Amino acid sequence: MKVLVFVEQRDGKIKSSAHEALTVGFKLAGSSANLAAVLVGQGVAGLSGQLAGWGADTVYTADSADLSLYNIQGYSNGVEAAIKAFSPDVVLGVASPMGRDVFPRLAARMDGAILTDLTSIEAAGNGVQGTKPMYSGKCIADVATDGAKISFVTIRQNVFPSSKAESGNATATPVTAAAGDGKIKTIEIRKGKSAKPDLTEASLIISGGRAMGNSENFKILADCADVIGATIGASRAAVDSGYATHDMQVGQTGKTVNPNLYIACGISGSIQHMAGMRTSKVIVAVNTDKDAPIFGVASYGIVGDLFKVVPLLTEQFKTLLK
Amino acid sequence: MKILVLIKQTPDTESKIRLSGDGKSIEQGDIKYIINPYDEFAIEEGLKLKEKLGSGEVVIASFGGETAKELIVKGLAMGGDRGLLISNAGLEGADSLAIAKVLTGAIKAEKADVVFCGKQAIDDDNMHVGTMAAEMLGWPHVNVVTKFDLNGTTARVEREVEGGKVEVYDVTLPAIFGAHKSLNTPRYASLPGIMKAKKKPFDLKTPGDVGVDPSTLKAKAVIKGYKYPPEKPKGQIFAGEPVEVMVEKVVKLLRQEAKVI
Repeated sequence: MKVLVFVEQRDGKIKSSAHEALTVGFKLAGSSANLAAVLVGQGVAGLSGQLAGWGADTVYTADSADLSLYNIQGYSNGVEAAIKAFSPDVVLGVASPMGRDVFPRLAARMDGAILTDLTSIEAAGNGVQGTKPMYSGKCIADVATDGAKISFVTIRQNVFPSSKAESGNATATPVTAAAGDGKIKTIEIRKGKSAKPDLTEASLIISGGRAMGNSENFKILADCADVIGATIGASRAAVDSGYATHDMQVGQTGKTVNPNLYIACGISGSIQHMAGMRTSKVIVAVNTDKDAPIFGVASYGIVGDLFKVVPLLTEQFKTLLK
Repeated sequence: MKILVLIKQTPDTESKIRLSGDGKSIEQGDIKYIINPYDEFAIEEGLKLKEKLGSGEVVIASFGGETAKELIVKGLAMGGDRGLLISNAGLEGADSLAIAKVLTGAIKAEKADVVFCGKQAIDDDNMHVGTMAAEMLGWPHVNVVTKFDLNGTTARVEREVEGGKVEVYDVTLPAIFGAHKSLNTPRYASLPGIMKAKKKPFDLKTPGDVGVDPSTLKAKAVIKGYKYPPEKPKGQIFAGEPVEVMVEKVVKLLRQEAKVI
């Protein structure tokens, strides 16, 4: 089948999750001729070379000054231009804020099938089948496209390993994104405060719960995070108590994360929190309450006071990584 | 101004999800349905907008089964003016594209000026329908909205994306907005509100009533079955030893067994 991968960039940097999508896309397409990528933005023509060896012979570039800031109209029109040029069976991307914006738009525009946030995927006919967690991760659904001419599919970040195909010459092929109607204008994109990877992309996360007591105490998590290169998260209880900001919240009304290691400090483990982190590959729980539900999903647990445990963890990680 | 709020019934987070014996469906018996939590922020934003403008109508609408009626009435108890349920009888397997087609019909039939919905439903976490409906209407949309401020027919809207970044947009109405948690604090229904809600106008319609041909609603994305997530092997929990010893054990396991550090 022919697969087009939407390769996301922000601020001129190709996102690491795009490599996960290219890896999956190459497997589905079966050959570099059947895999193409599309880049949308200002200056993206210069980025196409970075995709050499990632499986696609063709990289469509919708490169225009109008696209310097992300805008749903311009970006979906850019991807649409590549679809018209390549006629793929499947358009593949990542369940990121951008992917979750562009893919439903285009599926509606082209009357296509849409599947989002898949955690496994394989080719089936001219579409795909796979799995996705539902109901806060309480069950896994077997899903499939069914009889659509074109399918729009996103994968969950951090689930599929990325590995370079070592083929695909990534020839840049310009396409033109149709201009938007001006009914939505991007005024600005304000930078986040943190230089760390976003929670949804982080491979290591250390999170604090209500037991942190106040926002200053998050410093002990920050110290540990600095040593191992982790991103800091929080439970809803910690956010609602004002100890942490909402963009740090992991769980049902926050973010769904998928790191290799999730360290939960002073988090009891409500259903809502676990909905956001239970698929982490390794979970470490630190809690004074030996009956806390978080220990039920933990790979390793320490029944103890986080204010004693975390500084010792930091020390030992430091020694280990020296 | 006609303000339409789209809501969906979702199982209460606390509900146990039990699969049927053949794994084809979810047992309905134990499930208590609630208004999808993000949709409560959408209702609140619709009510706030009407209050700010001093006039207008807030219609609470859903596409779903009979049980959704009770939840629409809850929205009316919060302050909505009128309820609209489009019955999904015979269309229970509708995919998000089909649902968006039906709701697009409802938005057109209602001649809505602005539509609020939740950024996603907590059952399938798809984040599709509001965005798809906007596309079918030729309208702009912003999803994951954390701030909404209408000035005339232009809304200044903020949306949260990865890394704590915030995208700021000017959007010309009509448009669809998907509410995120930090947009507002939903009000509770007052006792008089609850009493009044039962007497408020409520329409039950079919997709055909809002101009949608059911034969165009065949699902293109299907759920073939469900399974439970794989059981995690029981973890190693340390207790009752000196903290230094426990930490050392865990760090060693992270390095040698889990190989994540």
